[in-house]
Amino acid sequence: MKITMTVNGRPCSGEVEGRTLLVQFLRDIQGLTGTHVGCDTSQCGACTVHVDGRQVKSCTMFAAEAEGAEVTTIEGMANADGSLSVIQQAFQDHHGLQCGFCTPGMVMAAAALLKDNPRPSEAEVRAHLEGNLCRCTGYHNIVKAILAASGQAVAVAAE
Amino acid sequence: MYNFDFVKPATVDEALAALAEEDALPLSGGQTLIPAMKQRLNAPSRLVSLLGIDALKGVCPGEGGVTIGGATAHAVVAREAAAVYPALAALAGGIGDPAVRNRGTIGGSLANNDPAACYPAAVLASGAVIVTDRREIAADSFFQGMFTTDLEEGEIITAVKFPIPEAAHYLKFEQPASRFALTGVVVAKFAEGVRVAVTGASEDGVFRWSEAEAALSDSFRPEALEGLSVPAEGMISDLHGSGAYRAHLVKVLTGRAVQAC
Ligand SMILES: Cc1cc2nc3c(=O)[nH]c(=O)nc-3n(C[C@H](O)[C@H](O)[C@H](O)COP(=O)(O)OP(=O)(O)OC[C@H]3O[C@@H](n4cnc5c(N)ncnc54)[C@H](O)[C@@H]3O)c2cc1C
Ligand code: FES
Ligand code: FES
Repeated sequence: MKITMTVNGRPCSGEVEGRTLLVQFLRDIQGLTGTHVGCDTSQCGACTVHVDGRQVKSCTMFAAEAEGAEVTTIEGMANADGSLSVIQQAFQDHHGLQCGFCTPGMVMAAAALLKDNPRPSEAEVRAHLEGNLCRCTGYHNIVKAILAASGQAVAVAAE
Repeated sequence: MYNFDFVKPATVDEALAALAEEDALPLSGGQTLIPAMKQRLNAPSRLVSLLGIDALKGVCPGEGGVTIGGATAHAVVAREAAAVYPALAALAGGIGDPAVRNRGTIGGSLANNDPAACYPAAVLASGAVIVTDRREIAADSFFQGMFTTDLEEGEIITAVKFPIPEAAHYLKFEQPASRFALTGVVVAKFAEGVRVAVTGASEDGVFRWSEAEAALSDSFRPEALEGLSVPAEGMISDLHGSGAYRAHLVKVLTGRAVQAC
């Protein structure tokens, strides 16, 4: 079947099967490989994208369910001039990533949190990241980056 | 995952017609069904998405209760039921993680009846009524053991009607990796008496702890549970906890839930 949705502000169509997952549509059909598949079992959140403004695991949603939706992926997060968005820059400044595999999902989760709760507490940030796993950082710097992106003072990581 | 035919009707009648095909299944949030299909534990010939049916969505407070559409996402219940039934909203807001809560729905959770799921405990403790396309089912007869319910093939949960207790609280002792309930207890206090429902513990799925209900209906204090105990037989024993451990948790969590009411 043919489906059409808006991805990062651009209309996108493609031919899919019933079983085609949203993440497969994004990566394999649209070539947007910034969205990662970490587990494919709904646990890790590396595949997090926004559908109509709400974060979802794109490995746990059929592409056909996104017909007509507005989808935002990590490729849509940078500023219009190509510079890093506030959240992305904060991840860089606070060493919020090591291998970077979980980072697209972390950034999308962070963006969803800050949209609803512009100045979250540390506990709220940690609770919000419950479905996003990172095997490298131990989370502290990710939490710091998100707090910094919300305009709250945090200690800057050592150079 | 095996392929299937995907349809997304706009009305319950169209959904029922589409479900008449052999091996067709309803699809709601997909947060249980999609992982199961990936593992080929389920191989429907057709999935009928319920998410295009507006009549199945929403939180609607009414006289003495609140009605929640079958395809209402956990996140919506967490937000919109907070004023009318705070304990239910808190339970919904503690299911899985934000992404799961944006997709997963109450109807899907109840139809699935996972022995560690949260909603079945709320439905049973509240004495809620499950409304389907063809009848109304009392919570006490809906749950029929692990992953088993009174639903017929092709029957759709259209809504759940919750009476509102005077006080209620859900305590979930999380299994730290999955964050499902290792054991969870909902205590709900009504004018007619107290109801206590336990999830995550029994091999028969969600159940009511009737001795505690009787004791708490007499005296709604944690001390009322002194002297009661839950037998370890029939409790789930796995690498996360023994049956005896879960039986112990039932009592501890019930006491704490009463305290928190
Ligand atoms: C990472 C993760 C963590 C989770 N943590 C928790 C947790 O802590 N607590 C908890 O309770 N749950 C948890 N869940 C499960 C989650 O709540 C699911 O959303 C829920 O169990 C199923 O709802 P769904 O809408 O996604 O249903 P689906 O996956 O779409 O469907 C599940 C089953 O119900 C049937 N069905 C769906 N809707 C209806 C309907 N209206 N009428 C009749 N049959 C229907 C389907 O055919 C299918 O067999 C978790 C899931 C994940 C992926
Ligand atoms: S790849 Fe989707 S949750 Fe891990
Ligand atoms: S930075 Fe490697 S998984 Fe998070």
